[in-house]
Amino acid sequence: MSMLFAILFYLATLVFVVGLLQRIRTYAATPAPLKIPTTPAPTTTGGVVLRMTREVVFFESLFKANLWTWSMGWLFHASLALVTLRHLRYFTEPVWGWVAFIQPFGIYAGITMLLGLCGLWVRRLFVERIRYISTPSDHLMLLLLIAITVSGLLMQFVAHTDVVAVKGYFIGLMHLDIRVLPSDLLLMLHLMLVTTLLVVFPFSKLLHAPGVFFSPTRNQTDNPREKRHLSAWAAKLESEK
Amino acid sequence: MADITAPAYRIIPIVPALKPDAMAGKGPFVASDKINEAIGFPGQLVEDWHDKAIAKMGELLSKYRSLKVYMDACVHCGACSDKCHYFIGTQDPKNMPVARQDLMRSVYRRYFTLPGKLFPKLVGARDLTREVLDEWYNYFNQCSECRRCSVFCPYGIDTAEVTMAAREILDSIGYGQKYSNEIIGKVHKIGNNLGLPGPALIDTLEGLEEDVKEATGIDVRFPIDVKGAEVLLITPSADFFAEPHIDSLIGYAKVFHATGTSWTLSSMASEAGNFGMFIGNYDQLRKIALRIREAALELGVKRIVVGECGHAWRVAYSFWNTLSGVGDGAGEVDRFAQMLQKQLDHRYKQPTHICEFTWDAIERNALTFDKAKNDKHIITFHDSCNVARGSRMGDLPGGQFEIPRNIIKAVASNFVEMSPETTREQTFCCGGGGGLLTDDLLDLRVKGALPRMEVLQQVVDEHGVNFMATICAICKAQFTKVMPIYGFDRRMVGGVHQLVSNAIILGEEK
Ligand code: HEM
Ligand code: HEM
Ligand code: SF4
Ligand code: SF4
Repeated sequence: MSMLFAILFYLATLVFVVGLLQRIRTYAATPAPLKIPTTPAPTTTGGVVLRMTREVVFFESLFKANLWTWSMGWLFHASLALVTLRHLRYFTEPVWGWVAFIQPFGIYAGITMLLGLCGLWVRRLFVERIRYISTPSDHLMLLLLIAITVSGLLMQFVAHTDVVAVKGYFIGLMHLDIRVLPSDLLLMLHLMLVTTLLVVFPFSKLLHAPGVFFSPTRNQTDNPREKRHLSAWAAKLESEK
Repeated sequence: MADITAPAYRIIPIVPALKPDAMAGKGPFVASDKINEAIGFPGQLVEDWHDKAIAKMGELLSKYRSLKVYMDACVHCGACSDKCHYFIGTQDPKNMPVARQDLMRSVYRRYFTLPGKLFPKLVGARDLTREVLDEWYNYFNQCSECRRCSVFCPYGIDTAEVTMAAREILDSIGYGQKYSNEIIGKVHKIGNNLGLPGPALIDTLEGLEEDVKEATGIDVRFPIDVKGAEVLLITPSADFFAEPHIDSLIGYAKVFHATGTSWTLSSMASEAGNFGMFIGNYDQLRKIALRIREAALELGVKRIVVGECGHAWRVAYSFWNTLSGVGDGAGEVDRFAQMLQKQLDHRYKQPTHICEFTWDAIERNALTFDKAKNDKHIITFHDSCNVARGSRMGDLPGGQFEIPRNIIKAVASNFVEMSPETTREQTFCCGGGGGLLTDDLLDLRVKGALPRMEVLQQVVDEHGVNFMATICAICKAQFTKVMPIYGFDRRMVGGVHQLVSNAIILGEEK
């Protein structure tokens, strides 16, 4: 069992890392031939960094669009960030100070994450417009995250697992040393689902996470009159003339 | 056309219920062989359209980061779903921005992503069938590329970029739209969108000089093709004879007169509009923009000023420097751009919007006004989408909102804002932008104007507004057409420089 999971995790991580890097590479390599920031837009690079930060940290545009989606979405993502950071304790020895510090908050974050996800799903199920645009994969993605969260929470609050052994196992994995994983059903489930998430990530809408940084309407500076912006393929048209 | 009526105002502006397929089959006329071939597209739908379309899509995905990222990134959160005026007015769910994108995204997934190849049903992927293609034609010609949706999307996904790509694909397989393609043909053949030939233009301008002389007693000139003039004015051709556009042209001429600016129009580039953007075709966009570069080089002007036209200002402000070198900051070795940039006077912004020009003159106290001349007007301002969300004026972000308003307040006393969810970057499209200003789409245009008409009605009721100023030729044409259908007087719409023209004091009274 420990072996099986080891293989699964190595494979999933490989797919995740290679898939994601490959995707990011295409985004970076694809030119943006025209200046298309959604104005009013910052005129300096510093301004763009601020704009992007507000988008990524606070979901500024979503806030303007729809408070209900924003509150559920932001609750989910903020909790996810905390939970993920809290999970760093399984991979670091000794545990970094600030990771230790956020441990207690992480516990509640699991609960708020569940709330956020359920809120988003309720919206997807019951708001006519959102149901109309949803594909089965949209529902399954929420279901997957809910299942991960619920299995995690159950381990946290109902059927504890041997977290010290879990940590030992993952530290081992990081050093290509396969140790024994506690054979709790919930833990198996949690980890199975997490590998699924890792594999799905580079092929799904989860690409919004890297994508947001490459969106020309958000990451371009508004200075087309001051500086000539020319992509390689567009420049070729000029030399031909 | 008599059967086209305005939709009812919403009692509370809530999101409308869906009416699937309300606008199915209501797309515009398809371009004829002649129209398509004149601008280098296949005359009609080609035999192997399926493969050609997919290949074109692949090409665009590798040329435009926007398209590539936007195809992947959408999470179907629905934030944009109620933001489109065409959805609000028609209630057709495929006019929701995200659903419009999904028409293309479903095909993208099928042909360009692993899950779509393996599990099409699961991720909503579809084969590109003839039905899907017809759906593309229909709904990608019901988007005015106004970018309102992109303001609200958490990733800035811009449906306009998707619409442009779709139209580019459709054109490349011979499935173009009549109105836009016909106009592009005219620009190349005659020099402007309205097909007004040089001699007629010169006649019109002479007539205008006489009219202004009669009205004011002053010799305000409307020069054309004057070599060595300081300013080249590039303005939408509607300004030459359409109502109310022409009143703004008179306004620009009076401002040039009062500031003692030597200026000229160009018969070669007698059009600011650039429908190349609407059809998403870079070659056309570029070719049409290059006419202005040529005119500027030939006439040897020092400044290029752009008249009241929304999409033209987006193209001028955001794209001209890229396309034709009209701007600043080209590299040392960039001979193509340097050739023009060396000629231009960089104490001024290149290009300059006519509102920037006028506001600058007002700030320098170079103009005087008799505000009382505008006292009969209670004025509100409609932000045009391309100016609001695709350009800027002045030095600060948001100058495109402040400067036209400042001008109005400088020349008139009664100014009222419409509801803030519908102005500035959140402004609603007039309903006729993006290559949709054609009578075969009148039903769509009337419905798309609904959100603007609702808030206009509000300020009419509350403040007695009787004039809606705007700085876009398409907005002006669209509103004069659809406002009567909503029960407004068509003369309520006009340009900012129309108000300037009313109030400006020329020469002798100083
Ligand atoms: C840079 C990091 C990220 C940013 C800025 C970001 C932002 C957003 C925003 C603004 C939304 C739309 C609102 C909503 O529905 O919540 C969203 C949706 C979503 N995000 Fe993220 N996200 C990030 C990372 C992630 C990661 C790492 C995951 C997954 C593990 C994730 C999973 C999701 C899911 C599943 C949805 C769709 C929710 C629904 O179905 O309504 N996000 N994200
Ligand atoms: C290799 C990766 C992971 C391992 C080894 C792991 C392991 C665990 C363990 C052992 C617990 C129980 C904690 C306790 O009893 O104190 C837990 C809880 C939890 N896990 Fe994971 N997990 C992983 C990845 C994830 C991911 C990617 C997510 C989210 C998408 C997630 C979400 C949660 C949540 C919400 C809880 C409950 C709240 C908490 O304890 O923070 N886990 N996880
Ligand atoms: S760009 Fe404008 S017209 Fe097109 S989908 Fe977005 S809001 Fe609607
Ligand atoms: S707001 Fe953006 S991410 Fe959300 S559904 Fe619309 S296009 Fe997709």
